[in-house]
Amino acid sequence: MAKYGLRTVALVYLFFLLVLPVALIVWRTFEDGLAPFIEALTSPSALHAFKVTLIVAACAVVANTIFGVGVAVLLVRHEFPGKRLLNALIDLSLAVSPVVIGLALILVYGRFAPIGGWLESLGIQIIFSIPGMVLATIFVSLPLVVRAVAPVLEELGDEQEQASLTLGANRWVTFRRITLPGIRAALTYGVILCLARALGEYGAVAVVSGRLVDETQTITLFVEERFQNFDQQAAFAAATALAIIAVVTLLLTRLITPKDTS
Amino acid sequence: MGFQSKASLAAMDAAAAVSQSRTVPQPLLPSGHAAGPSPAPGSGQRLWTPRSLVGGTRRGTLVGLGAATIYLSLIVLIPLAAVVWRSTEQGPAYFWQAVRTPDAWAALQLTVTASIIVASINLVMGTVVAWVLVRDDFYGKRLVNALIDLPFALPTIVAGLVLLALYGPESPIGIDLAYTRAGVVAALLFVTLPFVVRTVQPVLLELDKEMEEAAASLGAGPGLTFRRIILPNLFPAMISGTALAFTRSMAEFGSTVLISGNLPFKTQVASVQIFGQIESDNTAGAAAVSTVLLLVALGTLLILDVVQRWGTRHG
Amino acid sequence: MKRRGRFAAALTAVVLSAALSACGSGLGAGSDKVKLSLVAYSTPQAAYEQIIAAYQDTPDGKNVEFSKSFGGSGDQSRAVESGLKADVVAFSLEPDMTRLVKAGLVGGDWNAGPTKGMITDSVVVIGTRKGNPKNLKDWQDLIQPGVQVITPNPFTSGGARWNVLAGYGAESNQNKDGAAGVDYLKRLFENVPVQDDSARKSLQTFTSGKGDAILAYENEAIFAQQNKQPVDYTVPDSTILIENPVAVTKNSEHPAEAAAFLKFLHSPEAQKIFVENGYRPVEKGVPGGDQFPSPAKVFTISDLGGWTAVNKEFFDPTGSIMAEIERANGVSVQS
Repeated sequence: MAKYGLRTVALVYLFFLLVLPVALIVWRTFEDGLAPFIEALTSPSALHAFKVTLIVAACAVVANTIFGVGVAVLLVRHEFPGKRLLNALIDLSLAVSPVVIGLALILVYGRFAPIGGWLESLGIQIIFSIPGMVLATIFVSLPLVVRAVAPVLEELGDEQEQASLTLGANRWVTFRRITLPGIRAALTYGVILCLARALGEYGAVAVVSGRLVDETQTITLFVEERFQNFDQQAAFAAATALAIIAVVTLLLTRLITPKDTS
Repeated sequence: MGFQSKASLAAMDAAAAVSQSRTVPQPLLPSGHAAGPSPAPGSGQRLWTPRSLVGGTRRGTLVGLGAATIYLSLIVLIPLAAVVWRSTEQGPAYFWQAVRTPDAWAALQLTVTASIIVASINLVMGTVVAWVLVRDDFYGKRLVNALIDLPFALPTIVAGLVLLALYGPESPIGIDLAYTRAGVVAALLFVTLPFVVRTVQPVLLELDKEMEEAAASLGAGPGLTFRRIILPNLFPAMISGTALAFTRSMAEFGSTVLISGNLPFKTQVASVQIFGQIESDNTAGAAAVSTVLLLVALGTLLILDVVQRWGTRHG
Repeated sequence: MKRRGRFAAALTAVVLSAALSACGSGLGAGSDKVKLSLVAYSTPQAAYEQIIAAYQDTPDGKNVEFSKSFGGSGDQSRAVESGLKADVVAFSLEPDMTRLVKAGLVGGDWNAGPTKGMITDSVVVIGTRKGNPKNLKDWQDLIQPGVQVITPNPFTSGGARWNVLAGYGAESNQNKDGAAGVDYLKRLFENVPVQDDSARKSLQTFTSGKGDAILAYENEAIFAQQNKQPVDYTVPDSTILIENPVAVTKNSEHPAEAAAFLKFLHSPEAQKIFVENGYRPVEKGVPGGDQFPSPAKVFTISDLGGWTAVNKEFFDPTGSIMAEIERANGVSVQS
């Protein structure tokens, strides 16, 4: 009896909190058919927003992948004082509010700030422009690749790498031929998570973007702006597109891991 | 915040049960270390390394460390330090005054209260859901299990829109939570749903049934077994998940922006208040409230670390 | 790696390379296209988007692309001051333009033309639910107990300042009885439950079900009705004439194109689009421009003493009539 009771409680909770909202959004988006959905997503502003989102996300993912693999190797294969501090700092970005991240970047890279002012005099604008959004996106997705790769690196052990080094291969070749193939699955997983996170970021980019429609507007900002302008159709269409991307991400991550055997 | 890596990687373990191939990421506890005893990196089975390699290792370490430090500093450390500095540059009195302005204070109070409520609900419901997903079996369980991760992956503004459509003025089921505190709590519950579930699930999966069977054979009922045997084992995971959920709700922005309507003193959470201050160019006020949020986040992470270590010592 | 894993990796690689190739094709204007940045307050978004489309059909506008930013007038003005790139700026009220003149971003001669730099007019109206169930028609109706009035925060939104001054001007008999006016404002703001940071956001709040009445630009009320929102509005007998300024910036990279666009804004074609979006035109002879009701006792900002004096008296964050009222209600005021 308790079993059925628990099951009911859990399923009802999940139904109202999770299933119903998602089903409704899909319903509201497609209730007039596929055509309005496609039309809303292929408007010039929407297409531009997609472009901006992809560029910002790609830059952030590339940067965090390089950083992620590097730091994973650093944390697992090397010894140095302050290792626990580095560990903690990497996790910090997950606990900080996105709005605070935006504020933090403005205070350092804004026009009236030291670094920002100097860059502005060189003609490089960070805040209210794409580079600022890339920085914000890097911040929020920083730990994802590191945390995916590090445990696997640890588990793999370094015997093969050591063997390769003693046999005369240099560190770069060892990395490319031994380490990289070993962490390939974990790296893919981390990159997928990072990409999904970068595509979906809203709060931090809202603060640093300056809300320039057709210039610094990502798809998430597009959703909000269209909604504020009573254009529910476009807002819902973009929201559903993002939801579809989220679902695809989840499916991809499941593909990389063994299936649920419980 | 979209993805919570630690718990989502714990999700993978829930999906993968016990057997793993070596190339698959291991379950992570929030401290980022692999579950179970982990060998110190690079120790143990090291072959004889010629001196040149050792020297190279140290140089490599320094270069790598230097690069990592520069990257982290430019993107994380210096900006966060700038926030703290900006909030205190006019002295502690000004800081306190900025935090205590009526709308900032109300926003902080609301955020903390809502986060505590949300964390508590998650503590209970998250465990229940995890229990049902592990110990029970029903049609569609695999689908439900997969759906749990959706709030991780969904952008926060989409979550907000989704909830507004269902629980707002145009709600098809007649529940209108817009401009209410209940709406804020609903939004936060949505985004924190996976945390406790995904930290408790792997622990439940790995739980040794023998102890429960022994207790049953000695005459203990299911309630006693749960309280004395299962719960203590689950406790560290439950606490970790709850702390993560709490941290996430304190920081949440995108999903509350739409449904809460941001009525100051009623439904405006701290992050939205900060956003308003930034827009009005009151960066000092925004920085003050941000510093408070940062301190809370730091405190929670510390507690998490302590619980972690207590858990592995007693687990 | 299993086959499925390889597929996932390949898919990710494809997405990333598509994104990076988007980098290559470039975001900005092509080699012969000019990109102008328009930074404006929140309410004329629909109007400007239509005007831009119309402009791009003209020979002058054929090779011009636009990026646009819309938000609370005060916020946008401060953003431009802080570095937001703009070629053409359009605000809800003159002081937001004066701020940029002081910062050296807009030339001092921006208001030298025949329309004194203004591009559109409007009036403050009282918006209500469809059918006006609570029969709120005039300023005195708004201070009755139990009535909730929506208006934005005057320290971030230009529209809010117009609202405040309309109420003040009406109840103080156009500044002849200052005390009565201030008293009215105190009582009005006791009935205001929420102050959004822009006029558009406060319209959103109202249409989402909050409040009984909204103080808004006439064009906002018309915009709401055009978007099938169940809103009615009344033009009070005594209200303020809203005049919205526009200018080109001094640091524009394309001053000639920006000036050409500004000229287009004054053309009958653009003014007609403004009218279709609910704005009152500043040029004479625009079709549809005479459809707007003329309130009996309309007044302008000069009747109240001009913006400089009014800003000091009403909207100075360090001490003014509105700062007092807001602090009494616990609403934050820009420091």
